[in-house]
Amino acid sequence: MTSYLKLDHIDKTFTRGSATTEVLKDINLTIEMGEYVSIIGHSGCGKSTLLNIIAGLTTATTGGVLLENREVNSPGPDRAVVFQNHSLLPWLTVYENVKLGVDKVFASSKTRAERDAWVMHNLNLVQMAHAKDKRPSEISGGMKQRVGIARALAMEPKVLLLDEPFGALDALTRAHLQDSVMALHQKLGNTILMITHDVDEAVLLSDRIVMMTNGPSARIGEVLEVPLARPRKRLELATNAAYLKCRQRVLEFLYERHRFVEAA
Amino acid sequence: MSMPAMKSEASTAVLPAAAAPAAVVTMTPKRTPATEKYLKLAKDAAVRVVPPLVVLALLLLFWELACQRAGSALPPPSRVFKDTKELIFDPFFDRGGIDKGLFWHLSASLQRVAFGYSIAAVVGIALGTLVGQSVWAMRGLDPLFQVLRTIPPLAWLPLSLAAFRDGQPSAIFVIFITSVWPIIINTAVGIRNIPQDYRNVAAVVQLNPLEFFWKIMIPAAAPYIFTGLRIGIGLSWLAIVAAEMLIGGVGIGFFIWDAWNSSHISEIILALFYVGIIGFLLDRLIAVLGKIVTRGTSAS
Repeated sequence: MTSYLKLDHIDKTFTRGSATTEVLKDINLTIEMGEYVSIIGHSGCGKSTLLNIIAGLTTATTGGVLLENREVNSPGPDRAVVFQNHSLLPWLTVYENVKLGVDKVFASSKTRAERDAWVMHNLNLVQMAHAKDKRPSEISGGMKQRVGIARALAMEPKVLLLDEPFGALDALTRAHLQDSVMALHQKLGNTILMITHDVDEAVLLSDRIVMMTNGPSARIGEVLEVPLARPRKRLELATNAAYLKCRQRVLEFLYERHRFVEAA
Repeated sequence: MSMPAMKSEASTAVLPAAAAPAAVVTMTPKRTPATEKYLKLAKDAAVRVVPPLVVLALLLLFWELACQRAGSALPPPSRVFKDTKELIFDPFFDRGGIDKGLFWHLSASLQRVAFGYSIAAVVGIALGTLVGQSVWAMRGLDPLFQVLRTIPPLAWLPLSLAAFRDGQPSAIFVIFITSVWPIIINTAVGIRNIPQDYRNVAAVVQLNPLEFFWKIMIPAAAPYIFTGLRIGIGLSWLAIVAAEMLIGGVGIGFFIWDAWNSSHISEIILALFYVGIIGFLLDRLIAVLGKIVTRGTSAS
């Protein structure tokens, strides 16, 4: 059968001098259109490397990434990334940061006025239109990440890649932003792949949770379906049996079967 | 049709909320009376201007006392002023040849610096980008730069005179070769220090090399580039005076040399004063320019 995004036997080894480290081993995963998949694992398990491979920022040693049955091995706007530390260009305003991608992606398909409207539309989606003329240094961390999401969404990616997007935020802002991402996913139906190390975040947002074993030579340990209807409400889920069961499963995987070995 | 309507709704809903707190914030400073504000500004200015003026007055007094004896080698400030009154009050006279007012000498020197320094800025940023971006260019060129940059500016002058057979291009070349090294080296460091994040963003957006240069590299490295440019302008002003002493013609360096040959010590002192002030202004000019250009980058 054909799948939307397919990770096919991905291995990744880093070579430094004579020492080689195998980071990822035999990663196979298929993601359907419109699906929200999280990859969770302890730090150092290579989940960010995996995301970089999908984004094309790093190349896999063997294996490859197929998007709509076409191999992708260089970065492109069809796999837009929301980076952990927002990565907005500090010398550009919020508007210009989003426009940078829009101008490239829609250079021939949209007129100048349409591109402008499209930038503003995406800023509105993340409720950041009011700050369009501010520079990144003038807005809060949560707002920066919103703009980062707007920048990625504005490229109309086939797959939206989120690299621990809420990792650097405080708990309240994080919850708020998670709700925003859920609402956007509901509204736009994007295919989303998210890297996270937060169990609650993974269960709350995902359709499926991919659990990685510890590195070196990290593999996919287990894939968990999250059978919760959408739209999901944070408060109601806190006592939902299915939610708690999923949460329990992920916690068991991470803390019992694949404990983080600090010496490793 | 429904889209623009939705959008205008959203923006109108957001705008008043954003405007309200801003209005509250700006209200308070506006209430302070204008006179009080000017008083505060004057106070700030006085704090900065008065101490150097006091030190200057003390130094002049000391100099006056030290050089007052009849047989002293250097003139006291009062003599300097009396001797150079004509030069100070009429900087624009032009009696042909090299007998011109100080304005013409200074502008000739500044023109040479402007030429040499502009070439150095363009070449320096271009080479710096190459060295910062390519490991092989760095390995090949960096050792060469490290050796060449230690050669004193004037050591280049005979060689450039031999090559150009004319004073004007030789002086410009000396300015160029003096100021280009700090620009190259600082630009290269700036380019090498561009965060990987920015490169990733450029890769995802698929900027082509030219767009990457203008939209990412130059702004990201701008603080470093301007450090180099500032060192460069200082060095070129240092070099021009020495170079002009040797090549002759119109220029502040030659003016000083000419004054020495005619034993007009007061004129030398006046010229040194001008050289210092102009050097300071050039440095400030580049600093202010840098501050304006790197507004966004350094704020992060």
